[in-house]
Amino acid sequence: MLLIKDLRVSIDGEEILKGINLEVKAGELHAIMGPNGSGKSTLAAVLAGRELYEITSGKVLFKGEDLLEKSPEERAKDGLFLGFQYPIEIPGVSMVNFMKTAINSIRKNRGEEPLSASEFLKKMREKKDLVEISSSLTNRSVNEGFSGGEKKKNEIFQMAMLEPELAILDETDSGLDIDALRIVARGVNNLKSPLNATIVITHYQRLLEYIVPDFVHVLYNGRFVKSGGKELALLLEEKGYEWINAEEVN
Amino acid sequence: MGTITGNISLTEQFRDLYRNYSDEIAANSAPLMNAFREDAITRLEKQGFPYKGREDYRYADIESVFRQDLAKSFSDQKINFKIREIFHCDVPDINTNLFLLVNGRYYNNGEMLKELPGGIIAGSLAQAAKDYPEIVEKHYDRYAGSSSDGLVAMNTAFAQDGIFIYAPPGARGEKPVQIVNIMISETGQMAQHRNLFIAGDDAELNIVICDHSLSAHRFLTNSVNEVYAGERAQIDLTRIQNEHNGSSQITHTFNQQETSSRLASNIISLHGGFIRNNVFVKLNGEYAENHSMGLYLSDKGQYIDNFVFIDHASPNCFSNQLYKGVLDDYASGSFTGRILVERDAQKTNAYQSNNNLLLTDDAKIYSRPQLEIYADDVKCSHGSTTGQLDENALFYLRSRGIDLREARFLLMFAFAHQVIQNIRVKALRERIDDLVDKRLRGELSRCNNCAMQCG
Amino acid sequence: MQNEQDHILNEVTSGEYKFGFYTDIEQDSIGRGLDEDVIRTISAKKNEPEFMLEFRLKAYRHWLTMKMPEWAHLDIPVIDYQDQIYYSAPVQKAKLNSLDEVDPELIETFNKLGIPLEEQKLLSGVAVDAVMDSISVKTTFKETLAELGIIFCSFSEAVREHPDLVRQYMGSVVPYTDNFFAALNSAVFSDGSFCYIPKGVRCPMELSTYFRINAANTGQFERTLIVAEDKSYVSYLEGCTAPMRDENQLHAAIVEIVALGSAEVKYATVQNWYPGNKEGKGGIYNFVTKRGICKGDNSKISWTQIETGSAITWKYPSVILRGHNTTGEFYSVAVTNNRQQADTGTKMIHIGKNSKSIIISKGISAGLSNNSYRGLVKVLRGAENARNFSQCDSLLLGDKCGAHTFPYIESANHSAVIEHEATTSKIGEDQIFYCNQRGISTEDAIGLIVNGYAKEVLNKLPMEFAVEAQKLLQISLEGSVG
Ligand SMILES: Nc1ncnc2c1ncn2[C@@H]1O[C@H](COP(=O)(O)OP(=O)(O)OP(=O)(O)O)[C@@H](O)[C@H]1O
Ligand SMILES: [Mg+2]
Repeated sequence: MLLIKDLRVSIDGEEILKGINLEVKAGELHAIMGPNGSGKSTLAAVLAGRELYEITSGKVLFKGEDLLEKSPEERAKDGLFLGFQYPIEIPGVSMVNFMKTAINSIRKNRGEEPLSASEFLKKMREKKDLVEISSSLTNRSVNEGFSGGEKKKNEIFQMAMLEPELAILDETDSGLDIDALRIVARGVNNLKSPLNATIVITHYQRLLEYIVPDFVHVLYNGRFVKSGGKELALLLEEKGYEWINAEEVN
Repeated sequence: MGTITGNISLTEQFRDLYRNYSDEIAANSAPLMNAFREDAITRLEKQGFPYKGREDYRYADIESVFRQDLAKSFSDQKINFKIREIFHCDVPDINTNLFLLVNGRYYNNGEMLKELPGGIIAGSLAQAAKDYPEIVEKHYDRYAGSSSDGLVAMNTAFAQDGIFIYAPPGARGEKPVQIVNIMISETGQMAQHRNLFIAGDDAELNIVICDHSLSAHRFLTNSVNEVYAGERAQIDLTRIQNEHNGSSQITHTFNQQETSSRLASNIISLHGGFIRNNVFVKLNGEYAENHSMGLYLSDKGQYIDNFVFIDHASPNCFSNQLYKGVLDDYASGSFTGRILVERDAQKTNAYQSNNNLLLTDDAKIYSRPQLEIYADDVKCSHGSTTGQLDENALFYLRSRGIDLREARFLLMFAFAHQVIQNIRVKALRERIDDLVDKRLRGELSRCNNCAMQCG
Repeated sequence: MQNEQDHILNEVTSGEYKFGFYTDIEQDSIGRGLDEDVIRTISAKKNEPEFMLEFRLKAYRHWLTMKMPEWAHLDIPVIDYQDQIYYSAPVQKAKLNSLDEVDPELIETFNKLGIPLEEQKLLSGVAVDAVMDSISVKTTFKETLAELGIIFCSFSEAVREHPDLVRQYMGSVVPYTDNFFAALNSAVFSDGSFCYIPKGVRCPMELSTYFRINAANTGQFERTLIVAEDKSYVSYLEGCTAPMRDENQLHAAIVEIVALGSAEVKYATVQNWYPGNKEGKGGIYNFVTKRGICKGDNSKISWTQIETGSAITWKYPSVILRGHNTTGEFYSVAVTNNRQQADTGTKMIHIGKNSKSIIISKGISAGLSNNSYRGLVKVLRGAENARNFSQCDSLLLGDKCGAHTFPYIESANHSAVIEHEATTSKIGEDQIFYCNQRGISTEDAIGLIVNGYAKEVLNKLPMEFAVEAQKLLQISLEGSVG
């Protein structure tokens, strides 16, 4: 589904991703871990099409097509979803209008009719219940004045609404209480199917108790330095990143 | 009818015009209004026309607007249009009491003054000056009279009629009063009308003014509104400017507010070639509250200039200004907002904000948010931003599959909505939202039923 | 509580001006008044080359056609320009070979001002050009600087020794046609400082000019020119004081800065001209044109000013951001007290792509004074991605003063982002109470709070000056607040 080959990315002349290789197949769940500043969010943002970054080399295929030449909205319509580490507040744009515009634009791309007002509201209600997000939030402007945890829940709500094929969740688990964490996991697990894939970026083993990854990758200073199964996450939690560092040196 | 040409100064031209037509002007107005004219023409001579570069008209070229060769008429005109037939205002599917001004003259459909449900009296100002002289006298030219702007003096010298709205103490209208201000003619034309809106103590007034042009000629309006809010009175004043781009409009609004009154004005400028709105607010009693808002959406060669002056003359008052603009093509715009806190106007809270979006490199904006403060126990602040849509917000929307074009509309609309959301009448607010949405999408690229295809 | 506070404020704002003494020294002055002969006399006294005289005369003729600007929020009494003395200099030998030849009275004067002219006594990191009335008295550390190719001397000396540089750059940033006071200065200026930093050189010490008005009825008209070649760096300081006199004195200076590719110039002023007495009698009228141009790409000019003196201040240090990726900065603290009036701010003109500017202005008004910020941010059509951020805060001490903000924002580029914020406040009673509760007296609390308020700007000053400036704020508001 997603194939990244030797991806190198700079910002203001400074190289941040220094040759990333990754393959994600349909049905898989990958976890990316790594110390602060190692480039996890950069990778996620580049995949979603943020223009701030300069791609100096490499190739990314999404469902067999060149991802990097597409606009952010084309990628979203193709089924890629990014859960933002820091969701953006957009005063004046209501959640309802925002979601309706997004869903219908994705549906249009798939050749489907726009949802009628009642269908849309029904779907809203359904997904709202799934992620236990209150109507008082969905009646407001996008993320405006939401608490940190509410913003993260809102990302999962949007994911549930848009039903992407590949979801990349950038630290959607940080800042969440235990109940919310379970809800996020439920959202992810709900989406899980042999046709979909998920990449979760996280610092905590605790999320991985709820969402069991098929693969864990460690991003260190712009490179994947280690990959393994779910036991790698445990090992990291125990030994910290210093351990990787030492290994690298040896 | 008189026209003016030649190289003599504008001040002299208009003085001479006045001298030549003063009898006709007086004959078609009311004695009470006529009593102010001589003095006003002297003031005009002293103050002159505002010239470009003068501090309060720094960016507005008033002179070339008045140099246009336009007809002036001082008696009732024969209008060869059936206005009711060709005109349907975009706003009135909300239920209002409608009054018409055609080329600055009260459009007489039988009744010169009406008593509306709730005890509000509305209609021709000249008629009111005859029927209710004690009320008109108390307010007429009391707030505009001390202006240092020659254009205001000129209006006082020439204005023959306009709309009078009076809410007696405690009165409360059921429906908004709507004034549709139409310019329609077979030649270019200039009009100067005068409105007087009075809300007595504890009264409530809700007024909507819509400006339209219905024929493809050059128009110029120089109008003055005097607005009085008595103690605890509440006034909502919404203006929608929708004339074609061949027209020029200068409005002067003087809002006088007494103790504990609340006045909110919203000026939504959608179309019009040259617009200058002067808003003066005097907070004359304690605990008065003022909201002065504006939204200007301009493209092509439009020039829209808003000038707001809030005078905190009493302690414990609150004022808030919010003006926002989107400028496309080679449009230009200007905002000047002044907060004056007079000595001893302690415990003043005054805020001001001006935000602009420039969509092209040919568009220009001038922003001057000003504070002039002579009391120390005050909270005053202003902010001004000029720039583009927020990149992060755009990316967020696009990452959800919303097209760039649509994402821009959503953000622009959200930007504009922050002004519109302050309009308290829900139906009106929704209607304006709709107009603004259409305007931003370019669907409202010309005015309602207008013959002028200002392409 | 309120009463006590008023009382302290009162005390604090009635402080005496420390530098009000007068030096009795022999002066070489010309008579009052201004005409072409006066200008020829000034030029002749200074042995100037022909091009200078021509420049002066052109400026004078242009000045005659101009009117004093009236747009500032200032109440300026009528100034009789024929009642001023346009040239006055302490008598001394034409050329000084060592400090021993400087009149001991002069050395004493500058000692009293805290500016010793003996190099060994000076703060080691600062080279000083001392200017009294119209004339540069002494420039220190000249030789040390010369080794690096840095020219730091009086303007007159520059005219004689480096006429080509002066010719090339004088009037290139502030033409004599610029404004009324610039024209007047260009016609009659007597001296000032000149500074040239060659390519690639980082000036190792702070350069400083100290201006002193001494003689009565005399206008001071100096001009400073700083040229920083490619990749050079200099930090420049300017200080000024004047005796206490009952009549007003005129000061109309020009500062021009040229920063070429990747050069950086920092210019800091601590302006402490005599502000007049409590009743508003006397004091300096300060009409100054300061402007820099970031001519080369990646260059940077930064203005920092602490304005505490003068009866009237009219001053807008500006930056023309001509090159790409250039930066202009303006940090200002302006204090007015008693009947002082200040209308000061900056202009940032964005021409180059990616040009950035920042404006931080802190106004403090006390007594019966009026303090205005006036600033222009102008973005021209080609200035892609220009950025400006302005923050203008006003603090009012007492209810008889005024604090005003008049920004002008003009943008003609859609990718430019301009942000302006301003607030007005007074010192909160809760803040003072909080300090009192921790055992700090109200007077000290006001001082703490004012200094905290101005900190962002004070921090931009070189260290030696920051301490000085902090004390000055204290005096302007403790002996003036603090
Ligand atoms: N817009 C930017 N401008 C400059 N540097 C940036 C920018 N965005 C990211 N960087 C730098 O790139 C590096 C990687 O940042 P990134 O946000 O991808 O890290 P991360 O792995 O997600 O860290 P965290 O765990 O803290 O979220 C950091 O050094 C960061 O400072
Ligand atoms: Mg991150």
